[in-house]
Amino acid sequence: MNTVLEIKNLRVEFPSREMGQPAKLAVDGLNLIVQGGEIFGFLGPNGAGKTTTMNVLLGFVNATGGSASIFGVDVRQPIARQRIGYLPEMTYYYKFLSTEELLRFYARIFRIPPAEREKRIDAVLKLVELEAARKRLIKTHSKGMQQRVGLAQALINDPDLLILDEPTSGLDPLGRMKVRQIIQRLKEQGKTVFFSSHELGEVETVCDRVAILHEGRLRVEGKVDDLVRQYQCHLEQIFLKIVGYEPET
Amino acid sequence: MNNVIALAGVVIKELYRRKDFYVLFVMTALITLVLGSMRFFNNAEIVRFLKEICLMLIWLSMLVIAITTAARQIPAERESRTILPLLAKPVSRWELIVGKFAGCWLACLTALAVFYFFFGVLTATHAHAWPGLILFQAFLLHGVFLAVVLALVLFGSVVFTAQSSNATISAIVVLGILLVGGHLDHVADGMKGFGSDALYAVFFAIPHLEWDYNLCNFVIHDWPAISWLYIAGAAFYGALYTLLLLGLTWLVFRRKTLTL
Repeated sequence: MNTVLEIKNLRVEFPSREMGQPAKLAVDGLNLIVQGGEIFGFLGPNGAGKTTTMNVLLGFVNATGGSASIFGVDVRQPIARQRIGYLPEMTYYYKFLSTEELLRFYARIFRIPPAEREKRIDAVLKLVELEAARKRLIKTHSKGMQQRVGLAQALINDPDLLILDEPTSGLDPLGRMKVRQIIQRLKEQGKTVFFSSHELGEVETVCDRVAILHEGRLRVEGKVDDLVRQYQCHLEQIFLKIVGYEPET
Repeated sequence: MNNVIALAGVVIKELYRRKDFYVLFVMTALITLVLGSMRFFNNAEIVRFLKEICLMLIWLSMLVIAITTAARQIPAERESRTILPLLAKPVSRWELIVGKFAGCWLACLTALAVFYFFFGVLTATHAHAWPGLILFQAFLLHGVFLAVVLALVLFGSVVFTAQSSNATISAIVVLGILLVGGHLDHVADGMKGFGSDALYAVFFAIPHLEWDYNLCNFVIHDWPAISWLYIAGAAFYGALYTLLLLGLTWLVFRRKTLTL
C-alpha cells in the first residue's frame, strides 16, 4: 500500500494571549501514517488537537516542529492540496453565489477543463442530491443542504484523499446515513478518507483504522477490530478509558 | 494566473450583488449628471466651476468605493471563514492577495470608466467637442492612483483585523498623504534630532500620491495633453509602490494562522 498522509513528530504551540503566560501546546510529537484506500478515524475529546492537526495538513496553521506530507509533498506547498477534498465542520461558503457558481469556481481552481467541469458539477450535484437547487443562492439553503454543498465542493476534483472534519455534525439521521453511504462508496472507489468524529458508533462501523488523541498526544492507534479484541470492549469504552473517564458506581 | 482570475471573478460577482456599491455609484452618477446638465447662460467661469465639482465628486466617491471595497476583502473572508475551504484548495496566499487586488481594481476601473464617460459626454454637450486626450490621460493616472490605494488598504486589512478600523485608518492615511504628504520634508527641515530624521524617513517611504496623479486642472481648463513619458513615469512609480505594498501584505499574511 502507498502512503498517502504522513505526520512526523508534529508539534504545534499557540502563543498565549496573556503576557507572561506560557504557550499552549496543542499537538505534541504526533506521528501518524495513513495508507491509500483506508478510512481513518481521527478521534479525541474536544481540545485534543484533532482540528489543529487537520489545520496543519491544510496549511491553515504552521507547525512549531516536525513535518507533515500528503502524497509525499510537504503540506506547506499549495500543490499538496491538488488531490485532496476538504469538508469543514461548519458551512463556510460564499453565500452570494449559487450552488453551481460555487462549484464552478472551485473546479476552476483545480484547473478542471471547462468541458469536464460541467460534467463533474452534474455528477457531484447528483451524488449529494442537490440537482434541483443548483441555481439557488447558497444563502437560501437549509443547514442540511449547505452541508451537502460542502460535500459537493469537497468532491469536485475527484480527490484521492478526503479530509472531513466532523462530517455528520448537525445532520439529521437521514443526512448522517447518506454521508456514511458516500464515504463507503468512496472507499469502494479506492479513495482514502481521513475524518474526525464524535460519533463513535459510526466510526466503528465505517473506519478501517483509528487514532485517539488526548491532550495533544497520540494515545492509541490501530485497526478497529484489533483494538476491540485487545481491550475486550467497544470503541466508545476504549475512548472513555483513554481520556480517563471513570463511570460513577 | 488561473487562480488569480478565478478569485478576481468572485470579487466582482460579490460587488455587483451587494447593494451598497450601487448606492454610491448611482448617487455620484446622478449628481454628476444634474450638475453637468446646468448651463448658467453659458458663463465659462460657472461651467468650469461645475466641472471642478463633478471631478471632485468622482475623486471622492472613487476613493470611498476603493477603500470600502478593499478593506472588507480579507477580513470578511476570515470572519465568515470562507477562507478555509478556499485555502484548502491549491491556492497560495500570494494568489489570494493578487486575486483580491485584481478583482477590486477591475471593479474600480469599470466604475471609473463609467464616471469619466459620463463626464466626457456632459462636457461634450456643453462645449460641442469631446474633452480630448487629456481626459483619457486623467483616467489612466486616476487608475494608477487607485491601484496604490487598493494595495495600501489590502495591506491594512492583514494588519488590522476589523474591516471598519482598517477602512478608517486607510482613509486617514490616504487623505493624509494627499493633503500633507508633500510638505513633510519642509516640516522636517524645521525640526531637529530624531523627530526630523523620522519625518524624513516617512517622507521618503510613503507613496507620494499628491504628485500629479490628479489631472483635474488640465481637464477643467481644457489644457492640452501631457507628455506620454510623464504618464509612463507616473505609472511606473505607482506600479512599483503597488507591488511593494502587495509584497508587504504577503509577508505579513503568509505565516498567519487562519483559524484563531
